[in-house]
Amino acid sequence: MTEQLRDAATAGGDVRLTGIGKTYGDFTAVHPLDLTIPQGSFFALLGASGCGKTTTLRMIAGLEEPSCGTVLIGGQDVTALPPYKRPVNTVFQSYALFPHLDIFENVAFGLRRRGKKDVKKQVEEMLDLVELGPFARRKPHQLSGGQQQRVAVARALINHPQVLLLDEPLGALDLKLRRQMQLELKRIQTEVGITFVHVTHDQEEAMTMADTIAVMNSGRVEQLGAPAELYENPATTFVANFLGQSNLIPAEVTGRSGEDLLLSASGVRLAVPAARCTTEATRIHLGIRPEKITIAHASETVPDGRNSLTGTVSDSSFIGVSTQYVVRSEAGQEIAVFEQNMERDTRITPGAPVVLHWNPAHSFGLDAAQAIDAGTGEEAA
Amino acid sequence: MSRVFKWIREHLVVLAGILALAYLVLPNLVVFAFSFNKPVGKFNYEWAQFSTDAWTNPCGVADMCGSLSLSLQIATLATIGATVLGTMVAFALARYRFRGRAATTALIFLPMAMPEVVMAASLGTLFLNMRIQFGFLTILIAHIMFCLSFVVTAVKARVMSMDPRLEQAAQDLYATPTQTFLKITLPLAAPGIAAGALLSFALSFDDFIITQFNSGPTTVTFPMFVWGASQRGIPVQVNVIGTAMFIAAVALTVAGQWIGNRRKARS
Amino acid sequence: MTTTTEAAPPQVIPLDATKPRRKLTAYWLLLPGIAWLVVFFAVPLVYQGSTSLQTGSLEQGFKLTWHVATYWDALDEYKWHFVRSFSYAAIATALCLAIGYPLAYTIAFKASRRWRNVILILVIAPFFTSFLIRTLAWKTILSDSGPVVGALNTLHLLSITDAVGLTSGHRVLATPLAVVCGLTYNFLPFMILPLYTSLERIDPRLHEAAGDLYARPFTTFRKVTFPISLPGVVAGTLLTFIPASGDYINAQLLGSPSEQMVGNGIQKQFLNVLDYPTAAALSFILMALILGMVTVYMRKAGTEELV
Repeated sequence: MTEQLRDAATAGGDVRLTGIGKTYGDFTAVHPLDLTIPQGSFFALLGASGCGKTTTLRMIAGLEEPSCGTVLIGGQDVTALPPYKRPVNTVFQSYALFPHLDIFENVAFGLRRRGKKDVKKQVEEMLDLVELGPFARRKPHQLSGGQQQRVAVARALINHPQVLLLDEPLGALDLKLRRQMQLELKRIQTEVGITFVHVTHDQEEAMTMADTIAVMNSGRVEQLGAPAELYENPATTFVANFLGQSNLIPAEVTGRSGEDLLLSASGVRLAVPAARCTTEATRIHLGIRPEKITIAHASETVPDGRNSLTGTVSDSSFIGVSTQYVVRSEAGQEIAVFEQNMERDTRITPGAPVVLHWNPAHSFGLDAAQAIDAGTGEEAA
Repeated sequence: MSRVFKWIREHLVVLAGILALAYLVLPNLVVFAFSFNKPVGKFNYEWAQFSTDAWTNPCGVADMCGSLSLSLQIATLATIGATVLGTMVAFALARYRFRGRAATTALIFLPMAMPEVVMAASLGTLFLNMRIQFGFLTILIAHIMFCLSFVVTAVKARVMSMDPRLEQAAQDLYATPTQTFLKITLPLAAPGIAAGALLSFALSFDDFIITQFNSGPTTVTFPMFVWGASQRGIPVQVNVIGTAMFIAAVALTVAGQWIGNRRKARS
Repeated sequence: MTTTTEAAPPQVIPLDATKPRRKLTAYWLLLPGIAWLVVFFAVPLVYQGSTSLQTGSLEQGFKLTWHVATYWDALDEYKWHFVRSFSYAAIATALCLAIGYPLAYTIAFKASRRWRNVILILVIAPFFTSFLIRTLAWKTILSDSGPVVGALNTLHLLSITDAVGLTSGHRVLATPLAVVCGLTYNFLPFMILPLYTSLERIDPRLHEAAGDLYARPFTTFRKVTFPISLPGVVAGTLLTFIPASGDYINAQLLGSPSEQMVGNGIQKQFLNVLDYPTAAALSFILMALILGMVTVYMRKAGTEELV
C-alpha cells in the first residue's frame, strides 16, 4: 500500500500558487499571494481564525473559486477544474464523514467514484494502515473522535492524491490525543511521501509536524520558513508573538560597535547583532524569548558581554519542568522569563530584586512601526 | 392531607397534561367503542347493543369502500406530486441564492396562513369559470396545491441542517455533482422528504373542505362520504374504518420506532 | 495552550453560487412547484377578487360590473357570522393554549424518553382517524342524555353557562359551547406540536440555573421558559386561529343554525345558492381580515413581546 502511495507521490509535483487571491464583496479574505509548496514536503499554513488560511486551502482543493491568480499542481493548471477533477484530497475540519455510510464505504467512496471495481483489498489494507480494520462495518457516529480522524485520513489517502490537504484535522481532539495524532500523521507522511498541506491555528502543532510553515495574518503571508528559523528569526512582531512567546522591548538605536547595534531602552544600554535586525529604522522593538533569559538575584554579578536589565519579580508560577516569572523592569515593562528547574535560587520570590541577562546573539530587532502586541491574541482589534 | 395537597401541587403540570391527553384521545375511544354498537335507527350516537357485525362486514355499506379507495388513490398521487415539486423548491430555497427569493418564500408561506375555505372557494370559482369538469383531476390539483407548502417546509428544514462540508467532501472524493446528489445529498435529506410525504398523505386523505368545493358528483372521497352520511344516517362501518386507521397508524409508528431502535442497538 | 476549536471559516452558503449556470439550476428547480402555486393558488385569489365584483347568474353567465354593493350586502347579511367566527376562534385558541401548554411541557420536560414517544404518538395518531368521524364522536360525548351533560347539570354548571349564553336549555349540543369545544379539540394538536418543538430545544440546565439564581419554579417559568417558548406560542396560536376562523364543520355538526360561522356562509353561497359573487366577496373579506390580524399579531409578537 505504502509502495503505491509512494509511486503516486513521485509522479506528482509541486503545488504552485501564483497571484492567487479571494475577495467576498468588499472583504478581502486572501490578498494575492505567491507560494510554492515543494513536492513531498509537510507544509503548514498557520494563523489565527479568519486569517485566510482555510480559504487558501479550499482554493487548492477547488472548493473555493479564486478571484484572481492560478493554481498549478505538478505543473498542470487546475484553476478551472472542479474539485472532483483535481488530484488532491482533503481531510475536512470535523472530518465530514458520511453519516449514512459505514467506515468501509466511507473509505471506498473515492475509489468507487472513479469506477474502481475491486476495492475490497485496497480498503482493508488502508484500514489496517490506520489500525481500524475491525471497525469497517461501523457507522461514523459509533467511533471516537480519534478514530473518526483516522477514517478521514484513510478516506483521503486511499485515492493516492498528489497532495493531501488537511483543514484543522486535529481541532476537535483533546490535547493528549492531539499530540498522539500529530506524531501519527507525521509518520504517515514520511511513510507515503505525499505532499501534505496542513491548516492549523495551533503553533505548536505546526512546529511539531511541518518542514515549512507559512504564517498568515489578515489574508497575507507574514513569513515563510522552517520552524526553527521562524522561531529564532521572526521577521515581524506578529510572528514573534504568535509563534511562541516573545518579550518586545522598545528601544532606540544609538550607535554601532563592530557587528553589533547599540541600543538604549529607557536609558538602559543594550546590544543586538546588526545581522539579526530586520530593519534600518532607529526605533525598534528588541525581541528576546523568555527561555533565553537568565534570571539571577540582584546581588549576583552579570558575566561580561551579556545584555542585562534589572527589575523586581512581580509573579512566579511553578509549572513542573520550569518556573515562569514575570519581572517588572525598572522602566516599568513586564518581562516574562522561563527558567528550567535545575538549581533554584530560593531568594527569587515575588518582590525580590533581580537582574535579567542574556546573550545578545539570542535577541532580534524588529521595526517599531509595527504594533507591539500583534499576534498576542490580546491586541486591540 | 397536606402531603396529598403537596403532591398534587408538585405534579399539577403533569396532571393537566394527562387531562389534555385524555381530551385528545377520548373521541377515538368513543369511535372505537361505538364500532361495536348495534344502533337503533340510522344514527350511531347512542349505545344500544354490543355487536361485531360491522367488523365482520366492513364493506357492507354501499359506496363506502369505494370512497375509501378513491381517497387512498388521491392521497397517494397527491403525495407523490407534492413531494416531488416541494422537494425541488426546498432544495432551491436551501441551496441557492436567486432573485425573487422573498416572493417565493411568501408564496410558500401564504397557503399555510390561509383558511382552507378561502382557498377552496377561490380555486372552485376558477375551475367553474374555466368550465373545467369537477372530478378526480380537480381534487388532485387542489390537494397537491395545499400539500406543497408543507413538504417545502419539512424538506427545507432538513436540508438547511445538513453540513455543507459533506457534499464538498464527496466532490473532493471525485463524485460529480450528479453523483454527489444521488449518493450523499438525497440519502441525507431522506428523513425530511419522508416527513413531508407522510404529512401530505395524512392531510390529503383527511381533507374535507377543499375537496367539497372542488369535487364532482361522482368523486366522493371518504370524508365526503362521512359528511353525507352524517346527514342521512351513519353506518357503524364508518367507526370501524376510523378505528382501523387509528390502529394502523399507531402500529406503523411503533414498528418504525422498534426497527429503528433495534438497528441502533445491533450496530 | 490552544485547545479550543477554531470557529468555522465564513461559510458561503451555496457552493459557487456565483456561477450563472448554477443560478439557472435554481430556477429550474423552482419552476414546476412555483408555477403550480401561482396557477392554482395565487391566480384563483386574484380571480376571486374579480368574481366578487361581477353580477349575473349561472344560466346567463357573470360579467364584471364593478358591483361593490355585493360587499355591503354580504357584510350586512353575515356580520354576525364574522363576529361568531372570530370570537369562537379566539376562545378556542386561548383554550388550546391553556390545555396544550401543560401537555407540551409535560412531554418536553417531565416524560421519560419512552413515554415521550408514546405521548407524541397519541397526539399525532388521532389525525389518522378522519376528523369528521372524531367530530361526530363529540355528538355522542356531549349528547343530552350523556355523562358530560349529566355531570355538568349535577354541578349546576350548565345554569351558569346558560346564563352567560354559552349554552341554552340545559344542554350542550347545538350551543356555542359545543362548537368551541369541537374547534378546540380539532386544532389542539396544531398548538401542541409547535409548542413542544420550541420547548424541547430548551436546555433543562436553564431551569437549574434559574433556580440557582433564586427563582421560584413559577418565576422560572414566567421569566425563562415561557419567553423562550414564545416562537412556539406564536406559531401555535396562528396555526389554531387561522383554520378555526374559517371552519364550518364544527358549527355544522355540533351547532345549530344560530351558531353558524362565516365558513358556513361561504359554503352555502357557493354550493347551495350558487351565488358566486357573494361567496367570493365573503371569502375575500375573511382573507383580508385574517391577513390583517396575522400581520398585526406577528409584528406585535415579534417586536414587543419577544424582546
